[in-house]
Formats: sequence, C-alpha cells, structure tokens
Amino acid sequence: MKLTGAEILCETLEHLGVKEIFGYPGGAILPVYDALGKSKLHHILVRHEQGATHMADGYARASGGVGVAMATSGPGATNMVTGIATAMLDSSPVVCITGQVGSKLLGSDAFQEIDITGITMPITKHNVVVSRAEDIARTVREAFVIAKSGRPGPVLVDITKDAQQASAEFDWDKCTPKLPPKRRRASYDKAEFDRAIELLNSSKRPLILAGHGIMISGAMKAFADFVHAGHFPVAMTLLGIGAFPANDPLNLGMMGMHGEAWVNHAIQEADLLIAVGMRFDDRVTGDLRTYAKSAKKIHIEIDRAEINKNVKVDAALVGDAREVLEALEPHMEKTARPDWHARIKEMQGDSAVRDIQSLPDTGHLYAAHVINDLWKETNGDAIVVTDVGQHQMWEAQYYHHNKPRTLITSGGLGTMGFALPAAIGAKFAKPDADVWVVVGDGGFQMTMSELATIVQEKIKINIAIINNGYLGMVRQWQEFFYDKRYVATPLVAPDFAALANAFGIRGERITARADVVPTIRSARECKESVLIDFRVEQEDSVYPMVPAGASLHEMIRRPNNPLVETSAEP
Amino acid sequence: MQTLVAYVENKPGVLNRVSSLARRLAINIDSLTVGPTENEEIARMTIVAHTDAKGAHRLEASLEKLVDVLLAENISDRSLLERDLALIKVAADQQSRPHLMDLLKVFRGRVVDVAPDSLIVEVSGTVDKIDGLLEVLRPYGVLEMARTGRIAMTRGGDLLQPPNDAVEPEAAAKS
Repeated sequence: MKLTGAEILCETLEHLGVKEIFGYPGGAILPVYDALGKSKLHHILVRHEQGATHMADGYARASGGVGVAMATSGPGATNMVTGIATAMLDSSPVVCITGQVGSKLLGSDAFQEIDITGITMPITKHNVVVSRAEDIARTVREAFVIAKSGRPGPVLVDITKDAQQASAEFDWDKCTPKLPPKRRRASYDKAEFDRAIELLNSSKRPLILAGHGIMISGAMKAFADFVHAGHFPVAMTLLGIGAFPANDPLNLGMMGMHGEAWVNHAIQEADLLIAVGMRFDDRVTGDLRTYAKSAKKIHIEIDRAEINKNVKVDAALVGDAREVLEALEPHMEKTARPDWHARIKEMQGDSAVRDIQSLPDTGHLYAAHVINDLWKETNGDAIVVTDVGQHQMWEAQYYHHNKPRTLITSGGLGTMGFALPAAIGAKFAKPDADVWVVVGDGGFQMTMSELATIVQEKIKINIAIINNGYLGMVRQWQEFFYDKRYVATPLVAPDFAALANAFGIRGERITARADVVPTIRSARECKESVLIDFRVEQEDSVYPMVPAGASLHEMIRRPNNPLVETSAEP
Repeated sequence: MQTLVAYVENKPGVLNRVSSLARRLAINIDSLTVGPTENEEIARMTIVAHTDAKGAHRLEASLEKLVDVLLAENISDRSLLERDLALIKVAADQQSRPHLMDLLKVFRGRVVDVAPDSLIVEVSGTVDKIDGLLEVLRPYGVLEMARTGRIAMTRGGDLLQPPNDAVEPEAAAKS
C-alpha cells in the first residue's frame, strides 16, 4: 500500500495501539496533522508543547504504556525539552514526534529549524532524524521498543517535512524494528546470588528500599510475596509510592529528605538494605559518608550503570525486579525478627495512629489537613498528580496510596508546572479514575493555560491548589538556611476561582477547615472539572527535613506546633 | 587513566553520542580513536579516559545503554597491547641529519619525508616510547606533530569481538 510519510506515521501509531496524541501543530508538521484528521487517532490540542510532553508522561505513568507527544520544528520542539528531561529523570516511556524542515534545508538555519536531536541527546534514551518516508514506520516502531524496554525513557523522532510528504510502500509486517545487535550480559553470577541470599537470611535488622522500578517491572505481586516471605520492613522512595500498599503493616512509609523520621532512623540502624528498583538519589541518602554505615547492601536494579554509583553495594543483582524477586523468594527464611520490628515500632511511637484530623481546630487551615481529608474522602483510590514543592511532600506523607500508578509526580527533575498537564494525560489513560491535581500556587501558574485544554476536551479533573502565597519550599529553605530572608518567594496570584470561571470551570475558594470535606465531596459529585483554591497557612514547613548534604538521621523536626508532626521523636 | 574498547554502529552522530556521554559524566577523554572493523557496519573505538575504575565502570555501563553502542568494555586491568602512531616534523639541516638518523634507529622510527630544512618521522609504539622520542627530538626543533591517540587490544585468546547474533529487539534494548 502506497502512502505518504505522514499517513505512514498515523498508520504506524494506530498499529502500535496509540489512541491519543498530545500536540501542537505548526508548519513543519502540517502534513502529519492533515493525515491525523483522516485517521482514528485522537489529537489533544495543548496550550504549550511542554504541556504536551507532560501529558504524554502522565499518560505513560498512569497507564504503564507509552505516551505520545507531537510538536512542530524549532520552538515547538524546544518547548518540549523540559518535559522530555522530566520523563528521562523518572524513566517514563514517552515518544516525542517533531516536525523538521525539509532535508534539503537542514543546516541552513531555515525558518524554525533547530537541531533538536542535538539538543535532546543527553535527555533522551535515544533520538533520531528521519528524512525518508520509507524509514518512518520502522523508526517509530523502534522508538516504542526503546522507550518501553529495560529502563524506560523518552525517545524523540524528528521527521523532515519532505519525508512526511513523500510516498512510500507501507507494509506493517515488513517494517519490523531492526535494532543493533547488543551484547547480552549475564545479569549476575551464582556466587552473587548466593551471597545475596546469605545476607538476606542472616540479617537481624533488614530494611527494603522500594523504588519506581517495581512498578515499571510490574513486580508488585512478586515484591509483596518477597516482603512477606522474609517479613521485611519496607521503606518507599517518592516514586515507589504505590508499589506496595500503604496499609500493609510492613510498609513504614517514605524515606529521605522529607521521609518519616522513623524510616530514616531505621535506615541508619539497619544491618542490611535491600534496594529494589531505586537509585540511591541524593534526596534519599543524605550525606553518603554517614549513610547506613552499619548496613550491608543488596541492589536489585535493571540499569547496570546505577550499580555502585552513589552507594557501594555488597551484592548487585542486575536484572528485571520481578524476575530477580521471584528467583529470591523461595530462598527466604521467614524470620520474625521481633526485636527489630519492636525497635521500629518504638521509633515510630504513637505517631502512626495519631490522626491529625482529631486535633483541636485552631482555626488555621494546614495543607496537611487538606491532603489528609482528600485521602479520606477519596478512600485513597484517586489518581493524585502533584506538582513540585511542599504540597508534593505533604501529599507523599498524608495521602496513603495502596495501588500502583496512583501517585504521579516529578521526582528526579522536580519540574514545577508538571501537575496540571500530567493529570490531563493521566485522565486520558484512565478515563474512569477520579483524577486530582494537587498543586502549589507557584507551579500552577506555570502551566495553568492547560485549563483551556481541559475545557476543550470536556474532561473531568479536580484541581486542588494548595495556596500559601509563597513559593513554599524555597521559602522554607530561606527560613531555615537564609535567616528568613524571603527573596523572590512571596507570590502574587490571580483569584484562582475567578480564573477558573473565566475558562469555564467551576472555581471555589476555601479558607476554613470545616469547608474542606464538603467542597471535596461536591467537587467529586460534579460532572465537570472543579478547581478549589485552598488558602492554607502561609509559613508552614514540611517536617521532618534532612538539610541538603546532612546525614540522614540529622533531621530538622517540627517545633512546638498545634499540628502534630507525622513522626514521633525516636 | 582507564582504557575502554567499544564497538559501535558505523553511522553519523555516534561519535557525538559517545563523547557527549563522557562530557555529561564529567569524564575527561585523553584520547579517542575510531576506525572500521571487518564488518563495515561496525566501528571500533578505543577510549582512554582520565578517571578511576569506578568512573570507568560508569562510563562502560552508560555507553552500553546507548542504542548505537553494541558493546563497551573496560580493559584497563587486562593484559593488553597499546599503540600510538605519530608523525613528527623535525628541523634538520645537513649537520644534524646524521645525528637524527642515529636516534631514530634506537626508537625504530622511519623517515617518511625529507626536505632541505626538515624531515618527517613516523614512529609507532606505546605512548611512553613516543614521548621518549619526542624528548630527544625537541632540542633539534619539533616543528609540527600529529598523533593518532591510542588503539588497544587484549592479548592472546582474550577476544573482544562485536556481537553479531541478531538479538530480538526486546532483548536488545533490555540487555
């Protein structure tokens, strides 16, 4: 069948199971848009190409599949850069398709010509320029394979305009991916595996560090079986949240800079850390020189480049988390380790059972209240998409996720402006899910133009703005480390409720604690999107906090405050 | 200094990916040579980098994550042969020429071009040997020099060949 390159692209995407494309048209991608109009693909018109990449990312994270973003050449492509880097740092499978000037114009500084493959080389898993129609199908199929396999990541395919316009033969069966032959490395030898088992079964104070890799691998069941077989306590990374139910008694909560105090203390006291699909990011380790000094370490990780990168490990099992965990599980001896579990309980104190909602109402509205109420009202079943900053950490602390892929957040790159567009992507991936955006007043203003996308697409998303009038996390650092010199953090915002109305979205403003639950309820009942502007305490801080570069056990704790912290003093 | 060998796809942009990766990892490359192999679709690189064993592991593993890199191996600790080739243009007049010739014999250098006031010497060997020759040539006046950078190969039966079996795409991207 003879088709134009643009038609081949659409056919290929349909064959790959793509339903939605998030994009923005322009000159160099116009032939593709013309073909899109005739295809079954649904195109979501974004308001900025950064939004398109975040949507594709949110779609990928919520669905476990590949998200597709599209843009024209030049500024369209460069606007994608932040979204691509976000996906790269969080191992999210996104395929970006950009138009490029005609191949004869390449290198001539033509209108809207930019070397986007050069620009995105360090922030994509792979990228490629296609300048012949006959190469489009195979290249796009390869892009999907690369994006999804192993440690996932974004792939950019830059297609010249003449390749979109030229005609070529299209035969799905003949355009199979043809990737370079790679060396197959043995994942680990038997000695390494035996050493890991020996460490696991002889440990008195083991602790599992559970990361995003568990979800990517689809290892949730294997992980739970492994945890229960060895009766291991589990600490979560930010992106690992959801991989293991929060209501499992062995789940201790989040680790790291704003992790639970008892979790960080448990890491420092452990004699064995079992890291699964996580990369010992500086936000979870604190000072490496003092990190888990008394612990041996086992690292289960698909990416060999992560082994011994930050933390030297005693046994490295390179491979898919599910396969490795399934291989280990039968060898686990169920040890009760009562002393260790009792010690963790002791560190935890009564904080886990203390309910922040039962505290006397001081008349103040704290972000933690809002998020805790949201958790209760949604039965913990919502897909929560957060932005970056204080509200993100409060979400991780106060919304308890039992299911995988229900917390979508930018961890590695920490991209403000991520939440709203990523939530739109998540909604397309899971149309029946209750999708909530939890976002600060700063980050929301970065990408709030995507409200128009919500309206145009007639989708239902609830938006909770945690509005404290500051760039809160930066303000917190200024409070702690710069003597409260609040430079460039006080933030003027529009009337968000009125703004929502202007877009055609219902807007609410909440200042009192008593109104939180009724408003969340009515937002959930509303068939259309609702934006709620929660005016919360302005100078509240996230506790505990491990200052950047400090040891993990050196946490700044919440001072005497009506709001009880999440953790008790050990 | 660490020595790595990599087999890569012989196509445009791959050298850029490899060098860009080293830059991103903040690893300074001392020399990088690329040349064809028996298979015209595959090129072989020898990368000599200013880093320690940990950095070399990271470079090696990160290189193998690039789609176009078929194999990367740190061979620093293996028994290996390294060669560097240099062309050195040295000032030489009637008087100094015989002395230079004697020196070159010791270093097994060859004169490949002679002009009234200079000659071009070709010498290959280890970096140390070429550095040694340079040192003794300097008093005569080194006018110009071109060096290839190191190529390296492990000795004997320790083979490092490009993978040639057609791997399933899923497995390829996974490994």
